[in-house]
Amino acid sequence: MTVAPKREDYDVVVIGAGPAGLAAAATSAEAGLTSLLLDENIGPGGQVFRAISSTPVTERSQLGADYWVGADLVQSLRASNAEVIHRATVWSLDRNLDIAVSIGGASAFVKAKRVILATGALERPFPVPGWTLPGVMTAGAAQTMLKSSGLVPDGRTVIAGQGPLLWLLAAQILRLGGRIDRILDTTERGNYFAALPHAFAFLTSPYFTKGLSMMREVKAKVHVVSGVTELAAIGDGQLANVSYVAGGKRETISADLLLLHQGVVPNVNLAMSADVEHRWDDVQLCWSPVLDANGNSSVAGIAIAGDGAGIGGANAAGVRGRIAARAAVEALAPAAAAKLPAMATLRADLAKAERGRVFLDTLFRPSPQFRIPSGDTIVCRCEEVTAKDVLDSVAIGATGPNQLKAYRRTGMGPCQGRLCGLTVTELMAQARGKTPQEIGYYRLRAPVKPITLAELAAVPKSEADIKAVVRG
Amino acid sequence: MTENVDAIVVGGGIHGCSTALHLCLAGLKPVLIEKDYAGRHASGVNAGGVRQLARHIPEIPLSIRSMGIWEKIKDLLDDDCSFESYGQVLVAENEEELAVCRARVAELNTLGFTHEELIDATELRRLVPAVAETCPGGVVSRRDGAANPAQTTTAFRRKAQQLGATVREGVAASNIRYSDGLWHVDVGTETFAAPVLVNAAGAWAGKIAAALGEPVPVETVAPMLMITSRVPHFIDPVVILRGRKLSFKQFKNGTVLIGGGHLATPYQDRNETVLDWKSLAISARTVFELFPVMRSATIVRAWAGIEAKMKDDIPVFGPSSRHKGLYHQFGFSLHGFQLGPGAGAVMAELIVNGGTQTRISELGIDRFHPSTL
Repeated sequence: MTVAPKREDYDVVVIGAGPAGLAAAATSAEAGLTSLLLDENIGPGGQVFRAISSTPVTERSQLGADYWVGADLVQSLRASNAEVIHRATVWSLDRNLDIAVSIGGASAFVKAKRVILATGALERPFPVPGWTLPGVMTAGAAQTMLKSSGLVPDGRTVIAGQGPLLWLLAAQILRLGGRIDRILDTTERGNYFAALPHAFAFLTSPYFTKGLSMMREVKAKVHVVSGVTELAAIGDGQLANVSYVAGGKRETISADLLLLHQGVVPNVNLAMSADVEHRWDDVQLCWSPVLDANGNSSVAGIAIAGDGAGIGGANAAGVRGRIAARAAVEALAPAAAAKLPAMATLRADLAKAERGRVFLDTLFRPSPQFRIPSGDTIVCRCEEVTAKDVLDSVAIGATGPNQLKAYRRTGMGPCQGRLCGLTVTELMAQARGKTPQEIGYYRLRAPVKPITLAELAAVPKSEADIKAVVRG
Repeated sequence: MTENVDAIVVGGGIHGCSTALHLCLAGLKPVLIEKDYAGRHASGVNAGGVRQLARHIPEIPLSIRSMGIWEKIKDLLDDDCSFESYGQVLVAENEEELAVCRARVAELNTLGFTHEELIDATELRRLVPAVAETCPGGVVSRRDGAANPAQTTTAFRRKAQQLGATVREGVAASNIRYSDGLWHVDVGTETFAAPVLVNAAGAWAGKIAAALGEPVPVETVAPMLMITSRVPHFIDPVVILRGRKLSFKQFKNGTVLIGGGHLATPYQDRNETVLDWKSLAISARTVFELFPVMRSATIVRAWAGIEAKMKDDIPVFGPSSRHKGLYHQFGFSLHGFQLGPGAGAVMAELIVNGGTQTRISELGIDRFHPSTL
């Protein structure tokens, strides 16, 4: 059933129903603001709590206690008066807070007094040789299948990369009876020393014990190779082998499935297309929006919460959602803010949730050779542009990602740079001896997700249009 | 310290870049100053139409001059600019519109211009097989075509640089002044001085002209474009409609560019535009009606470039009416891209020779201010 928004104007429109969006929408609705939550998926939860109200996995321990926290968030949202629409793809947002959303193949326009973006994270590109071969997929995609359908790999499976999600996924696959032949850990050895000064905060954070026990659980069952310094997927039209170097020694193993993951980065497309200012984050190696303590961006009325505001994990996301929503309430209906938790309490919660993050960011900072490809390795898969193509364009005068579009069409395909943007920025920065901040990013354009011409043609006509017809 | 050059060109759009290049070809050493980067605004993000078709009569000679350069663009720039020439077709959707087309072509013929040719329904169908059955004919300009605007503007800049132009990108020209017989312009910590100043600053040119005592009726506009995913090849020429705001072009890779002049809201000081999706929906509806093959295509991206539009829709081109050594080249009013190569050549002639064989007399700024020179 297709449900269009009930109103044309809302006090608060929240985009994305992961932890940040669920918390934000529940908070603003609880304070009495007209609140609309638009979410692209078929049910609430985002990626971390994907399929929280529909997963076929009923044995709670298999997905872990952290997953089921999502059920409480959904509960409080459902108890509120927030209007929630799923399968709703927001394809345009601008500085006037006009929102275009596609729901079940029909587009509608709504206007907000405040917009809270909770569009979460994307997996960082992992452009090693052969990464576009069939048989190679991201760990996140594998986890989506696992959570929504209980599907786990049963062929020869290799997981390569680093970061908390990699270990979580491995544990979940094993608990559900899936197969993992080898884990290739690409964490740079030097990172352990670099992360050491931040270790105390980490040791006292909730990540520590959980993370450690999960790694132990996985290592007991799977051959884990650490210190991997080179990685390639090999095959003729289909993955056949995974080749890697560890401790100076090359090894090649046959595989049917290679799952790649080296962390997540903010999903900035919608925010950038609304002209929200972003800066290069030298620690997390990605673009992050410039925000104040309440999550307000450079565009008046647009706040960002959750991993889209900078990677902080699910707990931090929920708190950031509450902070952004409380700030919206304070601005639009100050009297109603009294019944919400005090800002000071929320900030203390956030500090607690963010403890240990610097340690993780430092430890799992991906190595340059896995971020900045060379030679024939594909950079932009939509337009099949290689690293060499990019460097050739730099040599004849392409100075940044936007100029590169004219030479190679990078970032102009359907993914709008989601799969190549960071790679292009870092590759061009390296080639030109500049910082990523100086090189910049693609100017992103609506529609942020493609819509059909027929759908656009069918949108309600503007008032001026209707008047013109009436006048004859 | 002040660096002396032969000419200062303000604005790195196709016009400024083309003028800088042609000045180099004439043996001068110009400096080109661009506040962002060459082709950042309208010149880099327009529809790429290389069109003599349906132009205002005062700019036709400049357009024809430019067409000759387009046809040899690779020889000039060592870059083909993705220029292709499959003609441009103006479609009449009914007999009334066709009558207007007939009168237009007749008028042009009287003036000695033969590039526009009236076509009937059969020829229209041959050129544009996908067009709706009901269209009775139109006008074709067979030498017209399209090019990649960002690639073209960049190629002009690159060639100008190779031939000796100094290029400053990323810093705005400021403090423009005339003293001791020379124009002085600051660029960050540098100062350039030259006997010649060319104002080719696009949407920012009106302010420069006004500051130099020559205000003109100009506004900043941002025409919107959108592009689709790849669809099977079905059309070669660029198509524009006589009665409705639509232009339409399929590229070699299958993507289709839809434009036609619906406007976004420009925020010039921030280099930003806000799109008007309700107007873009009108374009989508027109395409939906005329080209059923396009109905299931997806819209991948929409955008708008910031540019200057004159009240009378024709550019300001030629010497200043108040200051010696100052030349204007702006206000191309949504149709400046094709004119770029020719306008640069003519501007260089005006600067170097003091005159040109190409008729441009109706484009001067003196149409707003009687000359005091």
